Amino acid sequence: MTEPTGTSKDDQEPTGGTQSSAEESGAAQAEHRAAGGTEPEAGEVEQTPDPTGIAAAPEGGTRLAPTRERSGMFGVRGSGDTSGFGGLRLPGYAPAPAERPYGGWFDELADELAEAFDRRGIARSAVRQITIDRGEITFYVEPQRILEVCRALRDEPDLRFELCSSVSGVDYTAPDGAEVDQPLHVVYHLLSMTWRRRIRLEVALDPADPHVPSVVSVYPTADWHERETWDMFGVVFDGHPALTRILMPDDWQGHPQRKDYPLGGIPVEYKGAEIPPPDERRAYS
Amino acid sequence: MSTTDPYSAQERETTEGTVYTVTGGDWDELLDSVSTDEHDDRIVINMGPQHPSTHGVLRLVLELEGETVTQARSVIGYLHTGIEKNCEYRTWTQGVTFVTRMDYLAPLFNEAAYCLGVEKLLDVEVPRRAQLIRVLLMEINRIGSHLVCLATGGMELGALTGMTAGFREREEVLHLLEYLTGLRMNHAFIRPGGLAQDLPEDWKEKVLDFVKVMKSRLPDYDNLLTGQPIWKQRLEGVGYLPVDGCLALGATGPILRSAGLAWDLRKIEPYSSYEEFEFEVPTATEADCYARYRLRVAEIHESLKIIEQACAKIEPGSVMVEDRKIAWPAQLSIGSDGMGNSLEHVRKIMGQSMESLIHHFKLVTEGFHVPPGQVYSTVESPRGELGYHLVSDGGTRPVRVHVRDPSFVNLQTMPAMSEGGMVADVIAAVASIDPVMGGVDR
Repeated sequence: MTEPTGTSKDDQEPTGGTQSSAEESGAAQAEHRAAGGTEPEAGEVEQTPDPTGIAAAPEGGTRLAPTRERSGMFGVRGSGDTSGFGGLRLPGYAPAPAERPYGGWFDELADELAEAFDRRGIARSAVRQITIDRGEITFYVEPQRILEVCRALRDEPDLRFELCSSVSGVDYTAPDGAEVDQPLHVVYHLLSMTWRRRIRLEVALDPADPHVPSVVSVYPTADWHERETWDMFGVVFDGHPALTRILMPDDWQGHPQRKDYPLGGIPVEYKGAEIPPPDERRAYS
Repeated sequence: MSTTDPYSAQERETTEGTVYTVTGGDWDELLDSVSTDEHDDRIVINMGPQHPSTHGVLRLVLELEGETVTQARSVIGYLHTGIEKNCEYRTWTQGVTFVTRMDYLAPLFNEAAYCLGVEKLLDVEVPRRAQLIRVLLMEINRIGSHLVCLATGGMELGALTGMTAGFREREEVLHLLEYLTGLRMNHAFIRPGGLAQDLPEDWKEKVLDFVKVMKSRLPDYDNLLTGQPIWKQRLEGVGYLPVDGCLALGATGPILRSAGLAWDLRKIEPYSSYEEFEFEVPTATEADCYARYRLRVAEIHESLKIIEQACAKIEPGSVMVEDRKIAWPAQLSIGSDGMGNSLEHVRKIMGQSMESLIHHFKLVTEGFHVPPGQVYSTVESPRGELGYHLVSDGGTRPVRVHVRDPSFVNLQTMPAMSEGGMVADVIAAVASIDPVMGGVDR
């Protein structure tokens, strides 16, 4: 963190700054930092993706697909053009793979996880990618391996993630219709009370076939979380004891938190002007 | 049986068997109409969602054998509001106004957890004064929330004086919060980057007066409830959930601490400068409803300690980050027509500086951009771990706001606490879980 009196953006140009660097891919971010950009936080690791770096990570893996491209209009940054019609196209954001050393307890954890995988006969490729961002570590896991990975994380004495804080979904479908590979994600937040660590597991699914094994047999608390994720995102948790809707009525059609599901609402008249419903108002981002 | 009485017991045949509608006071009529040989094995009772003892619009489905509950299930979703989805169509600042309405008994915790997440995404640190004021407000809010738990819990168990006493003290909390933030509930006072505005000038006297009042009235609860034989008999040994059950089912907060684990995020993962405060984390080992009740009373005492320390620590200063690209452009002030942008600011943007006007317009209509990524931020709410999973793709609106509400998770422990016990003990167990349906259903 920076000093309490200021922020990291104090010395930045109003139209540029750290935000634009974070918009870009990891490589561009590294260049930006090499050119005197903001330093990473203490205790964290600067992420410079590089093919050998990925291979050096014990789990290996492939880059995740970028989410959505961002372009022009009022979100334009990094150029002197403030007219809003720059036609600038920014690449979509994809979480950058972390490179060794991760810093802090992240290295220890990754090593212990890799050893646990070996002991339990889980392929190391079960973890596609490790991302460290803002002091939080994310393991991108192969969907079919999530149950074994969770069991290893809970039972191994060096890992001991006793508590599953939350399971939920994220729909990364781009609002502008850009192609996003496997946009439907399920996110697991695990907490180790023994070691006082938090990690995040994430699996990416294809909306046409959103199947992932249920972790209820390892974490009974995931029961309602998975039901909610089914209800809201239509993710099918195979092996769940009773995968039914939980918040929406039983006979509801559709999965409301998907991005293609409309928010709904009616226009409201206020002092003679008609205000459109929230999802039809002008969006700036 | 009088057929003209609309409230008398009614029965109808369904494929599942005979369904009786009971409204209370007509049990004799029901028992007369139920032949014992037909219903000897089991009876399924539906309680709620409109029932004074289910702690809100919670529906309980209980399978009974005599007075013993063999299976209990809760049905939720009656208060689903789609707040998480709505947040995706608003700016990050507007999100505060939504999340504060989730767990309506702990609005300031929702705001604080959400704002801590947004600030982590933005990589900004709020000024010290704002951090300490957040602590002050959260602890006042914690007292109010625990008082409602005691009050409604008392009411559900028939201790109506507990309810009137609890709501009387909670009114003090709401009066104080109204004075400090402008609203009794749904404050939207904590904003990304700091606070909506500074506290009123004589805030310290008001807060210390409140502490004095609470200290004089809290012993009443010990007299009224703690040592009272009926209260103890209703709660002791009821709703038992040991620590392994808590971890498996994800229970946190007073439920986990009543099972002996001193797990309090204020101590474990301090946020908002909680590490500077001295307070105890009360625990018990009985793991029953009575232990949870005692912990809540003890936590009120600890909160009062924190409030006193916060009063001593808070020093003059800014309550919003310096970064003008994030901070709300105008501080609010009270004018002749109520609260709004300060006249000085209006004069500046309307008469002096075109750039300030543009800046104000863009920040207010468009909002600030949040660098892409995701965070999970937690606070210790009165009910346990309140977590916010926020995802940004670099725009001015969130991609996803997911709330790990402790009420939602803790409510899953209801069957484990009540199956095998008496039907009256289900009420005690639900009251000790203290689920707030606004948070459960979101």
